[in-house]
Amino acid sequence: MSEIIKNGQIHADEWTVLRLAEGDDAATVALPAGRVIVPLAVWLARRETLAAHADAGVLGVWLAGSDDPASIESDLSRLQLIAVDFPKFADGRGYSIAALLRSRYGYGGELRAIGDVLRDQFFYLTRCGFDSLQPAAGKYTTAQLEAALASLRTFSEPYQGAVDRPEPLFRRQPRPAAQKAQA
Amino acid sequence: MYQYDEYDQRIVDERVAQYADQTARYLAGELSEDEFRPLRLQNGLYIQRHAPMLRIAVPYGNLRAEQLRMFAHIARKYDRGYGHFTTRQNLQFNWPKLEHVPEILGLLASVQMHAIQTSGNCIRNVTSDPFAGVAADEYIDPRPWCEIVRQWSTFHPEFAYLPRKFKIAVNGATDDRAAIQIHDIGLELKRDAAGNIGFRVLVGGGLGRTPILGEEVASFVPWQQILNYCEAVLRVYNLHGRRDNAYKARIKILVKALGVEEFARQVEAEFVHLKDGPSTLTQAEIDRVASRFDDPVLAPLAADEGYRARLADDKAFANWAKRNVRPHKLSGYASVVLSLKTAGIAPGDITADQFDAVADLSERYAQGEVRVLHEQNLAFASVREADLFELWQQLRDVGLATPNIGLLTDIISCPGGDFCSLANAKSIPIALAIQDRFDDLDYLHDIGELELNISGCMNACGHHHVGHIGVLGVDKNGEEWYQVTIGGAQGNGASLGKVIGPSFAAAEMPDVVESLIRSFVDNRKEDESFIDTVRRIGIEPFKTRVYAERDARKQERSPAHV
Repeated sequence: MSEIIKNGQIHADEWTVLRLAEGDDAATVALPAGRVIVPLAVWLARRETLAAHADAGVLGVWLAGSDDPASIESDLSRLQLIAVDFPKFADGRGYSIAALLRSRYGYGGELRAIGDVLRDQFFYLTRCGFDSLQPAAGKYTTAQLEAALASLRTFSEPYQGAVDRPEPLFRRQPRPAAQKAQA
Repeated sequence: MYQYDEYDQRIVDERVAQYADQTARYLAGELSEDEFRPLRLQNGLYIQRHAPMLRIAVPYGNLRAEQLRMFAHIARKYDRGYGHFTTRQNLQFNWPKLEHVPEILGLLASVQMHAIQTSGNCIRNVTSDPFAGVAADEYIDPRPWCEIVRQWSTFHPEFAYLPRKFKIAVNGATDDRAAIQIHDIGLELKRDAAGNIGFRVLVGGGLGRTPILGEEVASFVPWQQILNYCEAVLRVYNLHGRRDNAYKARIKILVKALGVEEFARQVEAEFVHLKDGPSTLTQAEIDRVASRFDDPVLAPLAADEGYRARLADDKAFANWAKRNVRPHKLSGYASVVLSLKTAGIAPGDITADQFDAVADLSERYAQGEVRVLHEQNLAFASVREADLFELWQQLRDVGLATPNIGLLTDIISCPGGDFCSLANAKSIPIALAIQDRFDDLDYLHDIGELELNISGCMNACGHHHVGHIGVLGVDKNGEEWYQVTIGGAQGNGASLGKVIGPSFAAAEMPDVVESLIRSFVDNRKEDESFIDTVRRIGIEPFKTRVYAERDARKQERSPAHV
């Protein structure tokens, strides 16, 4: 069982992320017991049989950076957990995927960052709509993860709007004009 | 220039705290090299050949006196007494220690400065016309728009880990002094038939390994929508730009691969969802940002007779005024360019004492304001004509009055192999050798307008592709060689130079430039400029002359010559 950050707090996590190994067939690969997050390919291949698991809240779907979130648009209301994979933390496609899921497609369930998820990206990830952050197993000790919670509040009033605060600073706060200096 | 409010200040203060913590964790071994690299790069810190290099943002090239004094202090305390202005209007220090950087960033924050996003695969410092607000040919002041783009792009959470770096430039004058055609996004301010302000949007320009001029994706985006439109461009790029090969990761490659029509269609498909959203700009916000530019209120003055008399009887002063003084939108004022291209000094370098001197002079003659040109010079935006002679004398005393702006010795150069770990070859010694060869001022003025750009590698920080003469350092079997292009140009009629032939050894470069100049002088019509001659007659006559004279030199030196 690993620890994740969810809604700004540390939680023990029960979900297993299924990753296809070379030669695995999305249509037939065995699913681990318990709560499982399956790759998009598995969901698309077995939607009919997996729908009940999703409805029961024990099956989620993860997207890779190359996946189009539009491909699960019609499933969003039944999925209680969607994850986006970061194969490397510097691969930033997941930020746009999260922003699209939240703001374009109106996804309201748990949105989790998985893969190479590091504390120095927590602030940007939550701004783009991730409410749960799952660093790789063993990446951080509990104490390090507790220290990392501060990263969620690095900037108190960011300039631009994003998923967490859709309005930009100039709409959120009254900012003062200045008086002209005289020559 | 722009004055921070409490929110701007808080953001840079919070950045200093964040980076101090990251540096401490790196030094404690909690952050790996790979994890720390993008964090330090997004604070402008490179690990270079000799030491780290810290690049400080000078937003759209605007500085004021207290900031220059802080540069002087940092140069003395943390560096070796000098700094270097870059081709994107920024300032670099070459010798800071990694563990001192949080402290330096704290000092910068105390004078409303930072190093945010001056490197890394994110939206970089926005650049613009150094004469914004005072140029005679300006129709819309780009600075408030630059500041709005700066704020929007600062820590934009969705676009901090793009496939590659991303540069935006804004121009609002007839002459494009912001080089918008060689930026990832080039924004040209314009008015529609009804007089409404908007932007023509170019995308996909850039130099580097694959030089390409930007193409128009929108002919007019109303100002209210410009951030929404930029967001659409960035989102298409972030999702679809290549991430498998750093050399093919810039947006220009995506635009070329899709074709500009298809790229524009994808942007438009994204834009329809963002249009009129929360990032839509309001007149109140534009007015507020504009109000925070504390421009002095200047009254027009009568043309100064004393100035004109001095021009008539002091040739040295007249030479300087001809090259380094520019027209101002108000009568009785001028803009003055301070040359950082003095013989024997690396282009763009400036000492701590010179920082202090420029700060003092700016307060005395230019309302405490200083501009940075992407040609690696400085400028005072508004100087009274009546003060020009006195200012010139004082600039001469501190070595900043070389009368060579726009001439052959006003060389644009990257730091090259002396400092940069990416370079294939040195740039600075080539620049200095060429400056040394062309030390006759009358001859230089006779040659006229000529831009010579030097890059030490394909990354093209010296913008060699758009130099009238471009020099590119290349590595041939471990030796430093130089490839020469001619016919490049920046600005409105931007073009990419053509290679004249096989590359040259470093020692040959002054001779090569001399051959090019002799060929130009022999072929030019009346007072035609170098670039116009190249465009009229093509590169062949230049090429023939350069290699013929090279062969002759070799013959002369050959011991087999009997």
